[in-house]
Amino acid sequence: MTNRKADVRSVADLKLGEKAVIQSFSDQWMSLKLLEMGCLPGTEVSLHCKAPLGDPICLNVSGYCLSMRKAEAATILVE
Amino acid sequence: MFNELTGLRQKVGNFPGVTVDKKSGTAFLNESTEIQVVDLPGVYSIYPKSLDEQVVTDILANPQHPDYPDVAVVVVDGSNLNRNLLLFSQVHDLGVPVIMALNMLDIARQQQLEINAVRLSMQLGVPVVKINARLGEGLELLKQAIEKQIGRSVTAPTLFFDPEQTLNSPEQDMTGLLADVRQQYQLTNNYIAIQYLIQHDGFSFLAIPQRVKLDGFIEKYHFNELDFQAKETIERYKRIGEVVKNVVTDKRPLGQSTWSQRIDRFLLHPVWGYAIFALILLLIFQAIFAWAQPFVDGIDAGVAWLNGTLHESLPRGPLTDLLTDGIIAGVGGVIVFIPQIAFLFLLVSLLEESGYMSRVMVLMDRIMRQFGLNGRSVVPLISGVACAVPAIMATRSIGSWRERLITILVTPLMSCSARLPIYTILIALVVPEKTVLGFLNLQGIVMMGLYLLGLTAALLGAYLFKVIIKARERSLFVMELPTYKWPRWNHVGITVWDSVASFVWQAGRVIVAISIVLWVLASYGPGDALEQAENRIRQEYANRSTEEIENRVASERLESSYAGLFGKVLEPVIKPLGYDWKIGIALISSFAAREVFVGTIATIYSIGGVDEDNNTTIKQKLAAEVNPETGGPMYTPAVAFSLLVFYVFAMMCMSTIATVYRETKGWKWPMIQLAYMSVLAYVSAFLVYQLMK
Repeated sequence: MTNRKADVRSVADLKLGEKAVIQSFSDQWMSLKLLEMGCLPGTEVSLHCKAPLGDPICLNVSGYCLSMRKAEAATILVE
Repeated sequence: MFNELTGLRQKVGNFPGVTVDKKSGTAFLNESTEIQVVDLPGVYSIYPKSLDEQVVTDILANPQHPDYPDVAVVVVDGSNLNRNLLLFSQVHDLGVPVIMALNMLDIARQQQLEINAVRLSMQLGVPVVKINARLGEGLELLKQAIEKQIGRSVTAPTLFFDPEQTLNSPEQDMTGLLADVRQQYQLTNNYIAIQYLIQHDGFSFLAIPQRVKLDGFIEKYHFNELDFQAKETIERYKRIGEVVKNVVTDKRPLGQSTWSQRIDRFLLHPVWGYAIFALILLLIFQAIFAWAQPFVDGIDAGVAWLNGTLHESLPRGPLTDLLTDGIIAGVGGVIVFIPQIAFLFLLVSLLEESGYMSRVMVLMDRIMRQFGLNGRSVVPLISGVACAVPAIMATRSIGSWRERLITILVTPLMSCSARLPIYTILIALVVPEKTVLGFLNLQGIVMMGLYLLGLTAALLGAYLFKVIIKARERSLFVMELPTYKWPRWNHVGITVWDSVASFVWQAGRVIVAISIVLWVLASYGPGDALEQAENRIRQEYANRSTEEIENRVASERLESSYAGLFGKVLEPVIKPLGYDWKIGIALISSFAAREVFVGTIATIYSIGGVDEDNNTTIKQKLAAEVNPETGGPMYTPAVAFSLLVFYVFAMMCMSTIATVYRETKGWKWPMIQLAYMSVLAYVSAFLVYQLMK
């Protein structure tokens, strides 16, 4: 599920407060849900906070807060 | 919104999945027009991700459905327009006449967003009404809009997103595919045709051969559902983006966080997050035990006084006995717990209303996953503290069947409010009322311990089920965190009132019925067994004091009655747990509903004792009960804790069994659940008694 090539970063690799632009998804089934929730390619996201154990994480996507597991975030590839 | 329109009082909460089933009610548009209002579960798109969401498309894609609307009011969150317009545009494309109810504009304004509703209406070609569901504003305008829209003849809408025009390509012959589907099912709408293709497995209105036919079409045209959905969503958002750009003025300063996000930083903090959550839970238990206690004592004393007064003022006879020893003793045993149940529901509904509950899901997801559960399982588990029935229904928002099933199986281990009466009375009996660490009530701590015991068992149980139940299914957590909101006190009030009322009426009815039956069973025996027993005692103990004779007569009569005989039959089974036949009677009678236990005990000991002074509380009656074998008090700590542990684990609730049956669609799981919980209860109670004895 996770895509960890050296040059490909995903939302799961973001630092707190860091911003990034969504490029594509590495998991098609997952991408459908994420698209519906407003995570579109080209949208800017930022890591807003992490749950105490570092997982799940909360993202800021076009003005609202979306929480997801780290493994789920790892399917969102960023530029 | 639904509540305001119909005047009904339905529960609303600030987290996804509150409405898990459709609800209907009626409203008046004006003096002459009555309408049927059907509330559907909140969804993000018409492609369902869990069971509760499925009902939405099942209705909206099927004009023959009895609940198919003349007008669909889509409530749109103005503070999050883009995402809400996705669902709106999909409903619109299904050809349902729609009205947009634009809600939460106050929150949008707080976030420096201004929405031009008139322009929005013109861009989309649908009526837009501004409302404020929290304050009930805009209701009249909405009713007027509905009235207008009902009269309007339905014309085929121009689709917001037309799959035929947008996604036709050499690789994917959408025109041919859609034409085939439309012809086969006499459809005029391209988007409904697409829903037939993608969702036919979830459509209850399609027969199996029809579904197979659709699979054939998918095969023939190499239709890729996932690919299509992804493209659809992107296309829709593209158009929505254009619309939003024209109607919304965004004055947000860049990069500044909202106050809701600032609160999150604190409440989801690695250390503080859990500390605050633990503190909130501790507060709830303190409230239930310590703060509610004065009210409980007051009611308890009042019932005892009423009983005593009636005993003195009414003529002696079986009817008076039935009223005082049977009904009032039984009902009194229930109404004393109203304060605690009210406190419990008050605090839980405050958590739901404020939006904190979704943060709890985030806090707990990582931990819950270790046990085969989902962060979303936290809501059923926490509301299970109130009642397992709504809690099990709330599991519908969990998308994965396996995680949902495990949550259902372990939720009844959470101590529900019906166990509270039993806990309270037994703890009060054997745990001294002491203050520890300056502010904590020892009884409150023991109470919390029992709840934690239930929770631990639930988590361990979940872990076992995770190992046993295998399923290849993906679990999903992605979820929106709503902004924090100030609780709506009228909604909190409704929740508390409804819960208390239903507890009193539902439990009360059962308890009155069982109290009467029990009183009869305990006052009469086969043939003249009771008289024989009385005569035997009077002869044997003829030289003792009158008081002792009367006491012995009363307990001997109870022992020879029908109820006593039942209890005796059960005694060998429960003896290892430390219980006598009187507790046995209470166990049997509480099998349908555990809260009956206290009422039964009250009835039994009222009959079994003859003290002229009936002005005693249940607690005093229990404390005065003597174990005939040891001569000491019956309720030793060993017996009391054995009973407590038994009730923590035992699945003694018909409503829960019925709910699990309904939710899992069969007897297999409720029976497994009943079996494992009963074994767990018996074995643990046995161990506790044997170790503490």
